Amino acid sequence: FFIISCHCTDNVAMSLQDCTYFTRKEILRLFYRYRDLAPQLVPLDYTNHPDVKLPYELIGSMPELKDNPFRQRIAEVFSDDGEGNMTLDDFLDMFSVLSEMAPRDLKAYYAFKIYDFNNDDFICKSDLEKTLNKLTRNELTEDEVRMVCEKVIDEADLDNDGRLSLEDFQHMIVRAPEFLRYSSGNLLFTI
Amino acid sequence: MPPKKKSHAAVEVDDVGMEVDAVSEDDSEEEARRKTKNRRAKAQRKPKRVSDDEEEEEEEDEAPKRKARKKKRKPQDSDEEEDEEDNRSVKSKSSKASRKKAAKEESDEESEDDKKKKKNGGKAVSKKGKEEQNDKKKGNAKGSGGKNKGGEKDKKKKNGNSSSSSDDDEESMSEGEMAALKEEVEEKKKLIATLRNKPWRMQRRLIQLKEAQEFVEKFEGALGKGKGRKWYAYKVMMTKKLIKFKRDFENFKTACIPWERKIKEVESHFGSSVASYFIFLRWMYGLNLVLFGFMFGLVVLPEILMGLPYGSLPRKTVPREEQATAMDYAVLFDFNGYCKYSFLFYGFYNSDRMIGVLKFRLPLSYLLVGVGIFGYSLMVVIRTMARNANEGGDGAEEGQFTFSWKMFTSWDYLIGNPETADNKYASITTSFKESIVDEQENQKDENIHLRRFLRVLANFLILCSLGGSGFLIYFVVKRSQDFAERDNDELSWFEKNEVEFVMSLLGLVCPPLFETIAELEDYHPRIALKWQLGRIFALFLGNLYTFLFALFDEVTAKLEKEKSIKNETIWALNAYYANYSSFYNTTDVPPPDVHPADVIRGPCWETGVGIEFVKLIVSDMQVTYLTILIGDFVRAVIVRFLNYCWCWDLEAGFPSYGEFDISGNVLGLIFNQGMIWMGAFYAPGLVGLNVLRLLTSMYYQCWAVMSCNVPHERVFKASRSNNFYMGLLLLVLFLSLLPVVYTIMTLPPSFDCGPFSGQEKMYDVVMETIENDLPSFIGNIFTYATNPGLIMPAVLLMVLAIYYLNAVSKGYQQANLDLKRKMQMARDEEKNRRNNKDSTNQVMKDLEALLPNKSLIPPPTEEDELEVPDVVVEKSSKSPKIKPGAVANGKGVNLQKEVSLAASNPRGPVTRAPGPRGGNARGPQPGPEKGRGRSAR
Repeated sequence: FFIISCHCTDNVAMSLQDCTYFTRKEILRLFYRYRDLAPQLVPLDYTNHPDVKLPYELIGSMPELKDNPFRQRIAEVFSDDGEGNMTLDDFLDMFSVLSEMAPRDLKAYYAFKIYDFNNDDFICKSDLEKTLNKLTRNELTEDEVRMVCEKVIDEADLDNDGRLSLEDFQHMIVRAPEFLRYSSGNLLFTI
Repeated sequence: MPPKKKSHAAVEVDDVGMEVDAVSEDDSEEEARRKTKNRRAKAQRKPKRVSDDEEEEEEEDEAPKRKARKKKRKPQDSDEEEDEEDNRSVKSKSSKASRKKAAKEESDEESEDDKKKKKNGGKAVSKKGKEEQNDKKKGNAKGSGGKNKGGEKDKKKKNGNSSSSSDDDEESMSEGEMAALKEEVEEKKKLIATLRNKPWRMQRRLIQLKEAQEFVEKFEGALGKGKGRKWYAYKVMMTKKLIKFKRDFENFKTACIPWERKIKEVESHFGSSVASYFIFLRWMYGLNLVLFGFMFGLVVLPEILMGLPYGSLPRKTVPREEQATAMDYAVLFDFNGYCKYSFLFYGFYNSDRMIGVLKFRLPLSYLLVGVGIFGYSLMVVIRTMARNANEGGDGAEEGQFTFSWKMFTSWDYLIGNPETADNKYASITTSFKESIVDEQENQKDENIHLRRFLRVLANFLILCSLGGSGFLIYFVVKRSQDFAERDNDELSWFEKNEVEFVMSLLGLVCPPLFETIAELEDYHPRIALKWQLGRIFALFLGNLYTFLFALFDEVTAKLEKEKSIKNETIWALNAYYANYSSFYNTTDVPPPDVHPADVIRGPCWETGVGIEFVKLIVSDMQVTYLTILIGDFVRAVIVRFLNYCWCWDLEAGFPSYGEFDISGNVLGLIFNQGMIWMGAFYAPGLVGLNVLRLLTSMYYQCWAVMSCNVPHERVFKASRSNNFYMGLLLLVLFLSLLPVVYTIMTLPPSFDCGPFSGQEKMYDVVMETIENDLPSFIGNIFTYATNPGLIMPAVLLMVLAIYYLNAVSKGYQQANLDLKRKMQMARDEEKNRRNNKDSTNQVMKDLEALLPNKSLIPPPTEEDELEVPDVVVEKSSKSPKIKPGAVANGKGVNLQKEVSLAASNPRGPVTRAPGPRGGNARGPQPGPEKGRGRSAR
């Protein structure tokens, strides 16, 4: 049983290896984790790319995600349909980007996507407010939230259009000490 | 060709199955192999055949160089492709493609020139034809986004066929072509290697991968097939392992720091200011552990292991009259009885020059350790201060993006359990609140005159109360000396304990009073804390020095008593000797046979001082713990449970829960350490006691803070360096150094107890060692070194050095300030210019859009990247002007800062990804937006 499944995913795994930061073993491990989320939905045989998607409820309940305030956004960003329902490819993609091997630029790009709640390719005030409220569980007062958001825009917005573009964001985040350290868990999963 | 491949967006090729590829792979692979063989053979034969072909070889050499250049550029390319929308990505890709093509064409042209000179026209023509074909393909790929893959495949196949057919006659394969092909293969390999760095959907990546792999399979020639891949995989694996190891090591290091999690937890709920106390406590614990190691390893253990046992000497035996009560709890608790004659105190140590088989020089070791404790502490404190100062104090470099970083990088994605997550939420909230307080403080604008007046008033009031309390202490101490001269019986309890009573009363009343007065000043809480610390420190100093003076009085009294006892003893001994010799008529007198418990002994003032210190420490500990227990715990319990049946809200109203008293605790710790430093010389066991105290205190206070206290009303950030605490500690260290050194240098040691008994002065041990055990020239050196003629110039030199270093550091400070200002200016300017650029560029873009023949536009003066989004322009005019832009972009983000610092390169700030900018520029109404942005500045 095990050998068969290994064999079937072998071809796929070989090419996936080039597309992700994982070794074949890790890909297989991730595949089993993916499958364990819903064994009845996911077939073992992946040679002809069955069109299987796991709903967000299952993805979001993974231990890596379940305590993350941005879990919904993460799932949405990495899913093909933008709703958080993930295929195996999306799943692997997510883990690959959030692995420690992924370069900072890539991480910064996806971080930007994650914080861009309304998908307009800019982080605007409402995105910031959402981020902040998620981070602090609504503990800050309205005034404080507004002040913080203004400060953030004031700090990072280089072209003064009142919102952060991807470039602003990258410019800001690649200098962050936390972002530079490998040891910090910023935008990072381990598998 | 890479540009062509890239220009294919993900959606276009979705419907192509893998089987097609698999089928087409077989024959193409064969072809490739054949071709590879051909080419290799040719490459080897060529140099021999043509002698004047060196230029060609040069060109071949050039190809890798170009590749290298491209490689450098490559990582940034991935930056450029961040957009998701297909059409946009197509745009950016095609623009890049055109850029690459331009570069390539250039190279091709060069090679062509060579070719034309050297070879016959036929070859050149055939090659040219091929090139044209390539160009056409590129054009196709660019132009028709929706071309399906089948067509593409055919094309490629044709390409392969044609090249292989032209390969049939070996001569027809030109060097230039080969170089180009090689380059392409390299490109593809690069693509495969960096595919995972591209922010594309997996589907698209897979397809790209397949294509690239096929291409490489087909055309990979002299490059050594498949070898690089394995090496790459190995390298990746090693990097991965290395990173993992680094992570683990980092985690291990963190895990090795004691109480890190405890402190983090406190910090997450109470802010960094409270945590700074615990960090200080931990630091202190570390320091004391080292001191304990010295003391125990070099003094206590040797004496216990190698010295004489208990009961062998008078100094190690409880006197006869005390033996009855020596084991009583009350006596032991006062550190009398057995405690007094144990290794805890100075008196226990024997004055034998060497002990044990190791010939351990205990007295020398005792003195050196006693002084070394101070030396080590001084060194550590000063080093820590220097390091803290180096770290830049209150965040010199973090000022730029404080809030942004907090917002975007504070969540730890590795958190996987709810409790940690809760803590993290709390800590993020707290840190935001801290920053908000700081920020509000910055924004505050107020009536400066009123504030100044109030601050002066507050300082005046506090000075008054400090002076008052100082006078009170002086008065009380004077009076107590009067009392001491009177008979003990006629004094009332109050009169006997007046000094202690007044002291504790002051300690109880003054800090809250200061705090109330400090309200007037309205400082930022962090600065207010420093003031508060300084003021209470001044108050406590009186405390300390009163204690010291009392102690010195006692010591002098004991010294006098000792002198008389010493005389008596000597007199008795002489009498005994005289009697003995006259009685037995012999000069060989055995020592008097008295049991050690019965020997008359002096008061041993050193042990007395040690006992005082130990008692003080213990009582201090008791008071602290009881205060916490009653003031915090009982209060919290009452507030919590009586709240159900009380007439007002206890939690929000009067008693409420306690706040953690940072200043009081820090000062308590500092003064406690001062006591340890002073007392350690007289009571070697004190350091061990203190280690225990700090250890329990850590757990106890952590528990108390987490369970009974509430965070401060305004949670504020501690200054990142604890240098203020350290400064106070240094002061206390210095103050406690004085009395100890004074006693060592001037007071005579007791004649019948301690390691220095029998010496005139304590430091005579050192002199003795120098004279007896070291070669004579060292003694000479010492004599010279202690010569005033040498010391004076040395002091002078040091003063000069201090002056010089001070001047230098001032200069650096100034430079630092200037640089900071410049950075701020540069940043503002950058912002400004960016806006201007954008708006002017917008106009330019509109103009360009209006012009019919875009290729006529000369290379614009304001350059490159901003224009890249204008796909049309770029595509039709394959202008080489893009190259500089690409280079500028290639250096990427890191360069940007330098450039902006330099502030002279106009190209600096415009390094931006083409995608989003394009989206922005082509937004619904970009004009007004830019205008607004500009006018806002």
